[in-house]
Amino acid sequence: MILGRIAGTIVATRKDEMLRGKKLLIVQLIDPETQEAKSPAAYQVCVDTVGAGARETVITVSGSSARFSSGLADHPVDSAIVAIVDTIDLHKEEEL
Amino acid sequence: MKLARVVGTVVSTVKDENMQGKKILLVRALDASGQVTGEPFVALDSVGAGVGEDVFYARGKEGSFPWHPQPVPSDASIVGILDPFNFPTRESHTGTEGTQK
Repeated sequence: MILGRIAGTIVATRKDEMLRGKKLLIVQLIDPETQEAKSPAAYQVCVDTVGAGARETVITVSGSSARFSSGLADHPVDSAIVAIVDTIDLHKEEEL
Repeated sequence: MKLARVVGTVVSTVKDENMQGKKILLVRALDASGQVTGEPFVALDSVGAGVGEDVFYARGKEGSFPWHPQPVPSDASIVGILDPFNFPTRESHTGTEGTQK
């Protein structure tokens, strides 16, 4: 999975039938050390399954595993937000 | 599978119900000689790995299978921990061929 931050919301009236009622968010991938957004190129359009809000740090799952998150079985989705992060504890190389 | 080193932990209270009770770890990919190469990413732990340990993990849909049939939304899960001082491709400290005992 990948750490990211909510960067925006997608509003799409015309979309796949199964995406109706799903919240679509733009998640920008962040560098776990600095917790800064990497680059505008590093982002995902994700279905939110845990009620994440703007600028919250989240965990996204990609690929077919995304369809194991709640309510997404058999959906045309390959990326989902599955957790809202409280704290990140990253050990420095020397500490290991 | 691929090799990785556990470099940290992530705490999350609000998460997918099937992730409850599972440890969320930060890992960095290792190359075949055991050098850290990749950037930290998130993996679920299914074998009790701790920070500093070398592990291997399954990616993609199989990341959910340690808990099969429970639908765990994971695309990277640690499924094994390397024995310490016995890195598969390196002369182990006992001087014997670096074969996995």
